[in-house]
Amino acid sequence: MKQISRRTVLKGSAAALAVTALAGPSLAQGIDELVIAYNVNLPSWDPTVGPSAVNPTIQGIYQSVFDQFILQQPDLSPAPGLLTEWGWNDDKTKVMMKVREGVTWHDGSPFTAEDVAWSLTRAADETTGNPIQFIWSTLGNIKAEGNMVTADVTRFEPTIFKWMYFLTGYVLPKAYYEKVGPEGFEAAPIGTGPYMVEKFERNAFVRLKANPNYWGGKPDFETVTIKFVTDAASRVAEIESGNSHVTLEMPYEEYDRLKGGDAIMGTDAPISDIGMIFLNDIEAMLDPNVRMAAAMAIDKKLIIDRLLSGYGVAIDTLQTPDYIAYDPAITVPHDPDKAKALLAESGFSPENPVKFKIQTTRGFKPKDYEIVQAIVGLWRNVGIEAEIEVYEIAKHFELRAADQLAPAAFYNWGNSVGDPTTSTGFAMFGPSPHSVWDGEDLVGKIGPLWGEADEDKRIAGWKEVDKYIAENALVIPLLQYVQPILHAPGVSVTPHASGALLPHLMKRAS
Amino acid sequence: MKLLRAILLRLATMSVTLIGAAVVVFFVIRIVPGNPIAMMLPPGASEDDIARLTAHYGLDKSIFEQFVIWLGGVFQGDFGTSISLRQPVMPLVLGRLPATMELAIFALVIAVVIGGAMALTGVRYRATRTETAIDVANGVGLSIPDFLWALILIVLFGVLMPVFHISGRISPSLDLPFVTQFYVFESIARLRFDLWWDLLKHMFMPALALAIPLAAIISQLLKQSLKETMHLDYVTLSRTKGYGENHVIVSEALPNAVLPTLTLIGVQFTFLIGGTVIIERLFSYEGLGNMAIDAVINRDLPLIQGIVIVFALLFTVINLIVDMTYALLNPRLRHA
Repeated sequence: MKQISRRTVLKGSAAALAVTALAGPSLAQGIDELVIAYNVNLPSWDPTVGPSAVNPTIQGIYQSVFDQFILQQPDLSPAPGLLTEWGWNDDKTKVMMKVREGVTWHDGSPFTAEDVAWSLTRAADETTGNPIQFIWSTLGNIKAEGNMVTADVTRFEPTIFKWMYFLTGYVLPKAYYEKVGPEGFEAAPIGTGPYMVEKFERNAFVRLKANPNYWGGKPDFETVTIKFVTDAASRVAEIESGNSHVTLEMPYEEYDRLKGGDAIMGTDAPISDIGMIFLNDIEAMLDPNVRMAAAMAIDKKLIIDRLLSGYGVAIDTLQTPDYIAYDPAITVPHDPDKAKALLAESGFSPENPVKFKIQTTRGFKPKDYEIVQAIVGLWRNVGIEAEIEVYEIAKHFELRAADQLAPAAFYNWGNSVGDPTTSTGFAMFGPSPHSVWDGEDLVGKIGPLWGEADEDKRIAGWKEVDKYIAENALVIPLLQYVQPILHAPGVSVTPHASGALLPHLMKRAS
Repeated sequence: MKLLRAILLRLATMSVTLIGAAVVVFFVIRIVPGNPIAMMLPPGASEDDIARLTAHYGLDKSIFEQFVIWLGGVFQGDFGTSISLRQPVMPLVLGRLPATMELAIFALVIAVVIGGAMALTGVRYRATRTETAIDVANGVGLSIPDFLWALILIVLFGVLMPVFHISGRISPSLDLPFVTQFYVFESIARLRFDLWWDLLKHMFMPALALAIPLAAIISQLLKQSLKETMHLDYVTLSRTKGYGENHVIVSEALPNAVLPTLTLIGVQFTFLIGGTVIIERLFSYEGLGNMAIDAVINRDLPLIQGIVIVFALLFTVINLIVDMTYALLNPRLRHA
């Protein structure tokens, strides 16, 4: 047996000391500064212009610093925020909004109705580059008086107040913005939100300090550092090493591996993103039997169980159970025998399959390519031979806007306000650049709903549209995604159904 | 005089290379699928909205018109405004370049130290088990790409034995007094060794991941060169004069054997900088490579153009420096 020398012991001790001295924060320590490993970078601090304004994942960071006109609760429902009351007049020609009093900006200046009126006017101004300008421009002649803001309705938009807690629906500080300009605002942004920006290193991190005067109550954690860790493996390493206390969006296998341990806990809840297959009314998709067979051949539950470790909710319309127009009565059964029979009616069989192309991204969403591979396998059993084409998400957007998608194309659709207009409406209305189904029947059914003033009638109308779409298989909804969040035991995380990870909803675990 | 003429000739060649790179990148990124407007289209946007946004970013003009406008701006030092970051391109790019340069230089130093030490040890103990072990280590170092080394290092020293930081360039909680973006150099100049140590703890793993394959190449080539040199007459002469083996290797053989390795290091250094793109992403390091990936994802055309031009400039300058250094160190070229 080899003897351990004094020198070996000394060497070992020195190495152990060095490791201890170098080691990062321990999970066992109390959390003074909450560290979150976030999955996207923050390109710009203005939440109303540019590509980041319409990036759903970034909204969680924006909502930590800025308030939206109306607060959105974790279950997607609206609640009083900077606006405490809102609504139309009886003939829906004007909107009225009451502004919360006693709120201050991060620089201590008072928040007023002028800020709301200016933010709405700026959003509607096409020269500012707000991507949602077409919605905001449905309001005109916006005026502030006391703590009330009024505006004329230039075109009735039933979802205008929903946009006030959706993309670009943020209130910015009029006086400060006009004083410092866009570049000054980028350098030192202020809002009325729960956290104030203390330090920002682009592509690296943002350090936030709790807003002691936040109208919703001071957040639990005094300091929050959000690190931008875009690689999923690195985020897993961050939480596993204890360098971060919270992270999100990792492979479900990793989530399952880590969440059961003593050092890391897991929170998973369905969010408003769905996976779906766009059907373009070209080539084989002009045949209703092929479309319905393609929809019926897919075993959604099997795909969720096998590929997503059970994290997902099967859906048969573009509405998730959390959306206002969800109708559980509308279903498309998994029935491979019926699918075979339908294809046989059109002269197709496993020996003589119908052929078309399906496009998908690879790695843009969890297991996107693998899901499409599984679907193609299920289709092959009933007599559909689909060729997979992998493309980048940017190409998908471009092809979809030009109505040049393949007969089938996998995509994920986010709709964090849960309104049917922003799911079925934009995805399926032919003239929309997001839709590739141009059938006049559907255009005729959706058209009148855009300006429907009676809310009950509007929602009932969208349910009818969803039923028509399901009966004719004009799109194949697949699943609602579940967002995995890993966190240290010292943190209690409240997931938000929009998918936004919000630090001010995190509390110290008792 | 000849040297000056050679330098002027190289500078002229560099200009042509840069203009060529500018033309290629401008047209290629407009030909590949995906455009920035499609990336930012919200649900419900109409054709008019697309046209409005396209005009807002100046993409409604023909590609040739866009090129003329962009080139005109470039000659005046204006590389355009980033679509996603909404700031002038050149300050953004130059702001990130020092982080990448510091990382690349640190990686190069590690590679030279490890590679050089392995080569010298291999030659000193040639035809023994030590040399065999070094050859095996070289093989392993070469056969595993840098991004895989990065993942291995993250697991080893970030998770299993959390010694180094996994992400970022510096700890967010530290107050930074820096006025330049060269944090490492400035922390030394300010005698702020706490910051310097924190920077090193962040840079070590990404730098090592980049360095390992290059260290293996250096080791292999230098060892081979040294072994060939060890058979030359002047080396044998120094042995017969009674010099020890270590002296013979380091003082006699190494100066001549190092020249081919030096050229190789210059060429490999440009590859190493290219490797920073994926490594910076894995370690969330706030360098130019990380910014480049975001720019590509967002189809931020002005930013992509700016980054490519700066990378091209960097590569040509490095090649020029390597050539000049080689000329200065090689007596045959120096006196030619």
